[in-house]
Amino acid sequence: MDRFSRINRSAVFLSVVTATALALVTPASAEDTFKLGIVTFLSGPAADSFGVPARNGGQFVIDQLNKGAVPSPYEKVGFGGMKIEPVIIDENGGATKQVQELRNLYQRDNVDAVLGYIGSGDCLAVAPIAEELKKMLVLMDCGTPRIFEEAKYNYVFRTAAHATMDNVGLIRYMKAKNVKMDTLSAINQDYAWGQDSRADFVAAAGQLYPNVKLQTDLLPKFGAGQYGTEISALVGAGSDVVYSSLWGGDLQAFILQAAPRGLPKRSQLVFSAADHVLPPLGDKMPDGTIIGARGAYGLMSQKSPLNDWFFKGYEAVNGVYPVQAAYRIAQSIFGLKAAVEKAMAKNGGKKPSTDELVAAMTGLEWQSPGGLIQMRLADGHQAIQPIAISRTKYNPDLKRVDLVDIQYFPAECVNPPPGVKSLDWIKGGMQGAKCN
Amino acid sequence: MNSFLTIVLDGLIQASWLFIVALGLTLVFGVLKILNIAHGSFYALGAYIAATAVTFVAAHSLPPSVGFVAMLASVALIASAVGLLLERGLLKMFYGRDEVVLLLVTYAVFLILEDVTKLIWGVNPIYATQPYELFGNVAFAGLYYVGYDLLLMPISAAVGFAVWFGLNRTVTGKIVLAVIHNEEMSVSMGVRVNRVYAVAFAFGVLLAALAGALTAPKISMQPGLSSDVIILSFAIVVIGGLGSVEGAAVGAILVGLARAASVHLVPQAELFMIYLIMAGVLMFRPEGLFKREAARRI
Repeated sequence: MDRFSRINRSAVFLSVVTATALALVTPASAEDTFKLGIVTFLSGPAADSFGVPARNGGQFVIDQLNKGAVPSPYEKVGFGGMKIEPVIIDENGGATKQVQELRNLYQRDNVDAVLGYIGSGDCLAVAPIAEELKKMLVLMDCGTPRIFEEAKYNYVFRTAAHATMDNVGLIRYMKAKNVKMDTLSAINQDYAWGQDSRADFVAAAGQLYPNVKLQTDLLPKFGAGQYGTEISALVGAGSDVVYSSLWGGDLQAFILQAAPRGLPKRSQLVFSAADHVLPPLGDKMPDGTIIGARGAYGLMSQKSPLNDWFFKGYEAVNGVYPVQAAYRIAQSIFGLKAAVEKAMAKNGGKKPSTDELVAAMTGLEWQSPGGLIQMRLADGHQAIQPIAISRTKYNPDLKRVDLVDIQYFPAECVNPPPGVKSLDWIKGGMQGAKCN
Repeated sequence: MNSFLTIVLDGLIQASWLFIVALGLTLVFGVLKILNIAHGSFYALGAYIAATAVTFVAAHSLPPSVGFVAMLASVALIASAVGLLLERGLLKMFYGRDEVVLLLVTYAVFLILEDVTKLIWGVNPIYATQPYELFGNVAFAGLYYVGYDLLLMPISAAVGFAVWFGLNRTVTGKIVLAVIHNEEMSVSMGVRVNRVYAVAFAFGVLLAALAGALTAPKISMQPGLSSDVIILSFAIVVIGGLGSVEGAAVGAILVGLARAASVHLVPQAELFMIYLIMAGVLMFRPEGLFKREAARRI
């Protein structure tokens, strides 16, 4: 009996010790971490220009947040004290694949929210899935205005302004700098981003340059790569301005082929999203090109403690300065952090439910390295933000393209007001814009 | 008038590199009766190898002309070796099987090469622009053209002539033609058909890679390069007639001119125009413009 008692006592003791040890080494519970699905291009044509800078930017911000090393107002560790646990997924592979990947993130990986998406087609495809599953989805980048203008979502947010801002900003810049535009030619990719950007730019040009005549209007397919014939058509047209929303490898190939054929000398080149090609192109980028960066980002960003921390920190880790995609994911993560902490302040410090998170995010405003982000459109689900436009100038000493003649436009100057579709707002004379 | 000349010149520039790709495709089909889906991958391989050679030369501060020669030489060496290796090591095992099996084998090679290029060169765009500036600019029809683009036309014509001459005016060419027309008879006459197959396939690969190398200085090399090229080159050989050198030349010129005309005149119809021509040719000459009717063997 004694022997058994001794064994029992030993067993109980061992069990207690084991249980205690196990409790100490068990991974943090779901309450201690915030599992965040991140979707960005890790391969494919958009990886180099957008996907990988976004991944690097996201990783940098999450690492710093988890260490509590981010300056005010984001000094609190992670999201409201919860460590962020990222699950990173490749956006490459098309919209059908992304729909399945999103379901997997919510239903198999049990993420608390998903943040990401660069491709307009992907955003249009995944938004209804998050709504159907009643799960939080934060779109970080994609440009098409159609997401919230053609549908209404409760669980979906976009924390960056859509393409209307880029094109209205470009036209306002050109007008402010007295750029002559009696004639206009355009070259844009034949998919949602290219077509929507073209429509916004042409419409905005029609407002501030009422006599402008659209000449050559090209829509090559995505990834065309060779633009010899298109360049002949553009040079032959000899328009005052050639506008393009090309990006990534397509934009670089276009510039490399157009520059030796004299297109930049014959026409003013205007690119809506070109900051990301400046580091790889270097002195191949024609001086004087008017470019946007889809925000006040990178070399066009404004000085602030938060931006200085982000710019220098990202550059130190990645060996290159941050461009638009890195800024856009950073502002998404800070927005989500602000929403989580706002919801926690309301519910007594508990990890917020999806509905609490949605309520906190709706209409939210927060500071980001690229400036103030305001969820003003689509009933508080679509962000507006300020934008900067500038001209390129190669700096042979630093061996990089500098951006000069920078002009900033407030968010309410270049984004439509709530309740109005972008194209209707532009065609209606951009009523209510506050530019001062 | 200027607009017409521009369309013609743009069309011919595009036709010149497309012809070299299509020539390789049609040659492989003519000799081996293989519809080589992987042909576009060899184009991409040539472009990537050329970019590596040009970058290597530039990194050693050598002049761009050395880069131009280096890219052609390295592509010729590597592409021929890859072609021989694939034919001897893989395709040979499937001869005599159904044509669909060979089609699937080349599709598998296409998928493998897609990943191999990603593995070696990554997914980021690669550039090798130094040779593009080598031949200056030329004013024509009120526009500036890059000398390099214009040079593609004589190069393409020379390649086309060399292949035509080699096939029709040399003993080796006669042997290849004999294999094309009747393989069994060629074997009975002592022709080493396997050797002809290997050389023809390697030469087809070399032509695709050469076209890739020649276009490399003016494009950005990135994943997906091969699929666009294979679609266009299939359209060309279908228009011209599978297995016909003259057909590949005429098909390339038609596709180049159609694309250039639509970009200049009806940009919305750019892709449609190429397939419209293809459909039109197939309606009236299903075997293509230059394919001769073959007697049915019983």
